[in-house]
Amino acid sequence: MSNPYSSQSKSATTATPERKLRLLVGKVGLDGHDRGVKIVARALRDAGFEVIYTGLHQTPEMVVSTAIQEDVDAVSLSILSGAHMTLLPRVIELLKQGGGADIAVFAGGIIPDDDIAELKQLGVLEIFTPGASTKDIIEFVRTRIHPRRS
Amino acid sequence: MAKTPKEPTESQVMPRGKQRWVEETLRPALEKNPERPGPFTTVSDFPIERLATSEDLADFDPERDLAMPGEYPYTRGVHPTMYRGKLWTMRQFSGFGNARHTNERYKYLLSQGQTGLSVAFDLPTLMGRDSDDPMALGEVGREGVAIDSLADMETLFEGIPLDRISTSMTINSPAAILFAMYLAVADKQGVAYDKLDGTIQNDILKEYIAQKEWIYPPRPSLRIITDIMAFCARSVPRWNTISVSGYHIREAGSTAVQELAFTLADGIGYVQAGVEAGLDVDAFAPRLSFFFNSHNDFFEELCKLRAARRIWARVMRERFGAKDPRSWKLRTHVQTAGCSLTAQQPYNNIVRVTVQALAAVLGGTQSLHTNSMDETLALPSEMAVTIALRTQQIIAEESGVPNSVDPLAGSWFVENLTSRMEAAALDYIRRIDEMGGIVDAIEAGFPQREIAEASYHYQMQIDQGEKSIVGVNKYVASKDDESHKIPILKIDMSVERDQLEGLRKLRRDRDDGRLRKALADLERAARGGDNLMPRILESVKAYATVGEICTCLKGVFGEYREQPVL
Repeated sequence: MSNPYSSQSKSATTATPERKLRLLVGKVGLDGHDRGVKIVARALRDAGFEVIYTGLHQTPEMVVSTAIQEDVDAVSLSILSGAHMTLLPRVIELLKQGGGADIAVFAGGIIPDDDIAELKQLGVLEIFTPGASTKDIIEFVRTRIHPRRS
Repeated sequence: MAKTPKEPTESQVMPRGKQRWVEETLRPALEKNPERPGPFTTVSDFPIERLATSEDLADFDPERDLAMPGEYPYTRGVHPTMYRGKLWTMRQFSGFGNARHTNERYKYLLSQGQTGLSVAFDLPTLMGRDSDDPMALGEVGREGVAIDSLADMETLFEGIPLDRISTSMTINSPAAILFAMYLAVADKQGVAYDKLDGTIQNDILKEYIAQKEWIYPPRPSLRIITDIMAFCARSVPRWNTISVSGYHIREAGSTAVQELAFTLADGIGYVQAGVEAGLDVDAFAPRLSFFFNSHNDFFEELCKLRAARRIWARVMRERFGAKDPRSWKLRTHVQTAGCSLTAQQPYNNIVRVTVQALAAVLGGTQSLHTNSMDETLALPSEMAVTIALRTQQIIAEESGVPNSVDPLAGSWFVENLTSRMEAAALDYIRRIDEMGGIVDAIEAGFPQREIAEASYHYQMQIDQGEKSIVGVNKYVASKDDESHKIPILKIDMSVERDQLEGLRKLRRDRDDGRLRKALADLERAARGGDNLMPRILESVKAYATVGEICTCLKGVFGEYREQPVL
């Protein structure tokens, strides 16, 4: 397997020959824990995806508006503050309302198992918890995220 | 600094001894049994030699660099008797839900032998926003206790006499407001300000560097801080006005050396700001305290604390000309590293915390928070927080470690590592000075970039198996293994509803005339140069909320916006 950290890696683009996957990576809410999200954003970029990083303190409305304007294929959000049960469903709801129902949402953070089950039912595609490796996240994006239109 | 020329001593003859050992004993041994592949580095990737001998201390002068406990430069500790005199303060950071829940937890912790309180505020409070602010949605009472106004603060400390405990409040950008609320509670309890003992974190510089809980831009934030320092020097003499914090810098992914360097650079920034505001350095510097992280690498952590004391003593005496020995002493709180804990097999975290706590004690800390095993999953349960406190009590009462002052001093390895970390940190501090100081360095994104780089590098090392984390990339248990399961604390959604109801009632019942006047006076003081503390105190007594006071000050000072560094 090729080195997923090399920016020369072609595997991301071979999976989607039409164009690179576009990913919005962001922080939603007041939570300032951005160590993980910055590592994930950089690892995804180095793996060959197009990454738009929102920076801190985004509202669900801001995230959804950027996602639609930037025509991304997926939204990836980091929440370590415990507000995930409020903020993630809100993002999914707003995406549906804004014509982005087919934009995949995945997340990472301090999220207990019981909540993960509920969030997946609400439409969150995957949730990564502490200890997840960047390899796992890259692999997930390669296999589970698809371009919205070809 | 100038080094004293020294006569050749035995230590300079010793290299031949080490060389002889390498040739006669080590090489044949390595040929038969090679070492593990390594790399032999600290958790921060700081290289560690196979063997330390006296040769590694060739430039080390014990009189100058080590001295005695309680004596300059305090490498061996700030007190002559250290833990023989008084054990460190066992202070568990705690807060969740509303003020009523947290008040009950505090009374429980005090009844279990805890000796100081440490308040964790929820995110909206930390960001200077009320519970009914749209940005607070979903965050109220989740990561700490929700405090909107003095009414909540009165509940938080109900039945806890403020002259009998010391209280640490982890609050930064809105620190002046929460501190004023504490003073107002003291007034109501009839406790004089000079009997109050405690700390506000009030360290805004590390917010821009690492924790990201800011409101105003750096320069007006520093003005608020110097106002607090001046107010306390006059009126609350035993209060620690800033807890200069490396903890969050480390949690954001820095190395140990970066934590050491950026924290001390922040400290230098505050002292510089105080001096430039016209304060006498010895009037405020003794009330600055520090807060470091303790990660898994045992020796790196304890050497970091020893190096920190030595650097600070010299900076204060030589650079700022402080004359009062209390200004030279770096007193510190330590918290074990939250970022080192794993969600996988969480019971293993008890062992990690024990190692980290022991390093903090051997490093000479003044107070300690031990993390609970479940903190990568949620706020700690009562069982988990009790084990964490018991961990400290076992170190204190059973391990024998507190019996001798700085027992590791003089170890070739410990002294060499201390000196190497000191040198590496001084190099960073010099680079920051060359940029014009820490505020300029922050505005240029320098510490932020260094940390982002280090944290990415560390993650790559873990992902590629160069660094091991038990249960995460080594000795992994299957996903549904019983070892992952642990009971966790749930915060009821009703907390947010109750808090909002209380806030509505407060806004309805308070005296609007007094409130409006207090906020108008505060705004005038902010536009001018008057000390803000008396105005903030009057505002909180008029039951102005945290959000209302911050909005008033934002109108004058503006808001900070970050350029994210990936």
